[in-house]
Amino acid sequence: MTDHDQTHDWDVHALSGAYAVDALDDLERARFEAHLAQCAECREEVDSLREAATALGTADLVAPPAAVRDQVLAGIGRIRPLPPQSAGGTRATLRRRTPLLIAVAAAVVLLLGVGVASLQPWDGDDGPQELTAAERILNAADASTVEKSFPDGSSATIVISRSEGKALIRTTDMALAPDGKAYELWLQSPAGEMVPAGLMPDEADTTYVLDGDASEATGVGITVEPDGGSPQPTSDPIALFALDS
Amino acid sequence: MDPVPGDPAGAPRTGAPAGGHGPDLGPLLQQAARGDSAAFATLYDATAARVHGLVLRVVRDPAQAEEVTQEVFLEIWRQASRYDVARGSALAWLMTITHRKAVDRVRSAEAATRRDVTYEQSNRAVEHDTTVEAAHASLEAHRVRAALTQLTDVQREAIELAYFGGYTHTEVAALLDLPVGTAKTRIRDGLIRLRDTIGVGR
Repeated sequence: MTDHDQTHDWDVHALSGAYAVDALDDLERARFEAHLAQCAECREEVDSLREAATALGTADLVAPPAAVRDQVLAGIGRIRPLPPQSAGGTRATLRRRTPLLIAVAAAVVLLLGVGVASLQPWDGDDGPQELTAAERILNAADASTVEKSFPDGSSATIVISRSEGKALIRTTDMALAPDGKAYELWLQSPAGEMVPAGLMPDEADTTYVLDGDASEATGVGITVEPDGGSPQPTSDPIALFALDS
Repeated sequence: MDPVPGDPAGAPRTGAPAGGHGPDLGPLLQQAARGDSAAFATLYDATAARVHGLVLRVVRDPAQAEEVTQEVFLEIWRQASRYDVARGSALAWLMTITHRKAVDRVRSAEAATRRDVTYEQSNRAVEHDTTVEAAHASLEAHRVRAALTQLTDVQREAIELAYFGGYTHTEVAALLDLPVGTAKTRIRDGLIRLRDTIGVGR
């Protein structure tokens, strides 16, 4: 796959409807969400199509049994509501400003998420942009995903491309690491060795490209380590993703 | 029009009528985000029947559907602060979470054990009848039904298979004998027409 796949943009836009009704597989969803972060037009379209889908889904009214209500109301006592999305403004507040600012802001968000792997979007010209490291993985023909959901409602997805030799992690609603600690990522070698692959950004929702060569990796692990990370895991992984070879 | 449910442990209610003129959901979400469980109980009562109706339609198995409905509301409680009025109605936000959870459940169940298709189809007929009954009762359902007649058969089938069947657009294409890549376009075109006919969104 080249960096300037002509059909790419068109294809991605056309997924808005399928995305709005959850009709994408994990990989397509990851790709489309990466695109959404940069495309205000698609965000608006998805929002409006979700309203339409909602009308479709509200035709069936079936009251759940009373026990469900009791369990829900008992359950919320044990769950802390998430704080509002991190400081600096949500997408929606940015959206009300000029399109250029949105584009820049989206690029900043993406860059923060992706780390220092790619600086090209800063060029600021309007020509075709280089794909970021994350986009190259997501768009690779051999990209595959492994997703894990956790009991607290958070989830993490690994996307790996053997041909790119890289893997990324996307998290949703991940609890932040405790004070003085960080989440460290590891690539598991075929020999079973855990190779440090970077520290996850301290954000609940993030996309991070793992350091190192993932072309042979058999798994991705996450451990809790002291700030700054460790050369070797000092605790059992909180999550381990097995990768298909 | 609804009595205010002051007692969280009170008798179960059937939820707000389909017209959507129940309590204003946005402010309730806002209060819930600050930990107001009474506001959340009101939100639950106003939306439980819609949420459960959709979950049941997608998941089909009543026991599993109850689990999913419970998960959905716990998730709504957890994520209440993330609702952004600039991105759409509170109901759409809530139903988006609902649909995603329901679809996740059928797909993971499917991955665990490839289900018997015959069983599923016979089950679908039963489930469908009970929900159609509820749908007939509502004015909104009529509106949606009328809007659905504006779609081509393929658009309507593609949307229904995706939304109620929980199938991916690739699976929808296979089910409808469409070339791969066509179903996503049918789904999008159909949703756009639906949106413009019912006059929701932008």
